[in-house]
Amino acid sequence: MIKRKLEEQFFKLLMVLATIVVSGSFFLIVGTIFYKGVPYMNWDMISKTPGGGFYIGKEGGVLNAIVGSMYIAGGATILGLIISIPVAIFINMYMDGKKFLSNTVRMAFDVLFGIPSIVYGAFGFLLMIYFGVRASLLGGIIAVTLLVIPILVRTLDEVIRTVPGELRDAALSLGSTRWETAKVVLRAIRPGIYTAILLSFGRAIGDVASVLFTAGFSDNIPTSLHEPAATLPLAIFFQLGSPVAEVQGRGYASALILTIVVLVITVLSELLLKRFYKNKI
Amino acid sequence: MLLFTVASVSLVFIIGIGLYYKSIPILNKLSWGQLLGSSVWKPFKGLFGFFPYIMGTLWVTGIAIVIALPLCILTSLYIVEYAPSRLRRFLMPFVNLLSGIPPVIFGVWGVLFIIPLIQTYIAPHFVEYSTGYSVLAGGIVLAVMIFPLIVSIVNEVLRTMPQELKDASLALGATKWETIKKVILRKALPGIIAATVLAISRAFGETIAVLMVCGNNAVVPHSVFDTGYPLPALIANNYGDMMSIPLYDSALMFAALLLFIIILLFNIISRVILTRLERRMAG
Repeated sequence: MIKRKLEEQFFKLLMVLATIVVSGSFFLIVGTIFYKGVPYMNWDMISKTPGGGFYIGKEGGVLNAIVGSMYIAGGATILGLIISIPVAIFINMYMDGKKFLSNTVRMAFDVLFGIPSIVYGAFGFLLMIYFGVRASLLGGIIAVTLLVIPILVRTLDEVIRTVPGELRDAALSLGSTRWETAKVVLRAIRPGIYTAILLSFGRAIGDVASVLFTAGFSDNIPTSLHEPAATLPLAIFFQLGSPVAEVQGRGYASALILTIVVLVITVLSELLLKRFYKNKI
Repeated sequence: MLLFTVASVSLVFIIGIGLYYKSIPILNKLSWGQLLGSSVWKPFKGLFGFFPYIMGTLWVTGIAIVIALPLCILTSLYIVEYAPSRLRRFLMPFVNLLSGIPPVIFGVWGVLFIIPLIQTYIAPHFVEYSTGYSVLAGGIVLAVMIFPLIVSIVNEVLRTMPQELKDASLALGATKWETIKKVILRKALPGIIAATVLAISRAFGETIAVLMVCGNNAVVPHSVFDTGYPLPALIANNYGDMMSIPLYDSALMFAALLLFIIILLFNIISRVILTRLERRMAG
């Protein structure tokens, strides 16, 4: 009996320790980024583009990367939404009764979700060669759009499925077409759509491997779709490799900025989702 | 709508075909066996052996899984079976936040924290000298990256375990841990396997974080303190030169194809297991 009790206590202790390690790793990461990034943080960092060449130049900030990231993540999310909303509606409204087919489609998006961003990057690069587009803002947006479509479709599909069947039936029985019903459903899931947008934006702004080949890099803020653009993750990645301490510091500061942006986005989407489900029940 | 759906679903095939099409030149020149089994990587001479890269990927992924799996299963068990609901509500958001952190931040953390840790505290006990850049560092960083994935899936699986099952075991006089060990874990095994397979495929494709901490040396690692050069890092590091050397682009696209095929298979396997489970629980 004592042995059994001891075993129970031992494993319970292990579990507590494991839980501390797993949830503590979050604080460890954020703590490290803050510790290194805060000393280099100043107003110039977010209001100026780098001076004197990004690899060696000591002045300026990373405004080019911030704006580039916003353009790429924003553009990709908008393009992705235009494609994903119809897809999510189609799976849920028009494929009723064809369970096998809709499950296969869902499976396909699960699989697409699992494909690493480097493969999307490589594929985006192939597309760019095929269509003769140079590494540019446009190329980056295309590659990231491919990356976020599965995220958007999966999230939208999930929230549409929480809409009670009665709502749909009521709309349909009033004589509205399936498309009109879809509009009713879309209104019902609006907070869910915001969550999907946030999730997609958060993923898009943080991804490197997909923009590595496709967006190029530039010290300037892009003024057209065909100019190369910098992104925050790329700026972090490149600047960390610099031998100049100030440039490395700029990398740490960029990491801090990106972490804060992503954390705010994640927290917002969690809150939205929580409110959405609370309203449901 | 039909058009968009068909187009985005067929993306799976289009990516596969596109990558395969670009790999044809190298597949015509070298056989699959040569490509996968050879360790000679001399792009200028037209020799492309992927063996060191494949081994690098396997080492890093293996280390990550060995670290992450026990930790995550224990954490999930604690969160679902033991923790009071208030603590659970407090803990889960941090796991979710972790999943939102971009790979490059994990990479920075690896460089700033894990590398010095290995260099000054861990490696000296085992080997003469290590810079810290090693497959171990890659494995640790990857392990932290796949924490949220495994924890969330295993949580989900554990929560679907029927209460009667636990009650029956407890009523027979088993302690809580005995119930977990002999009843719950056994019943949850398919779900845990699915989570593991999914985590492996995620770890396989992770690029930037691993690239930043692995040392990127094209040799087959023999210990955890050796440097490694995983496949995704190879693709990411060399895209710049690939247009100037013949067959190089084809070789890199072949690497991407390889990743794509492996990850596709793993994903399908785990999704099939998970949907089966879901259906059994529902029915």
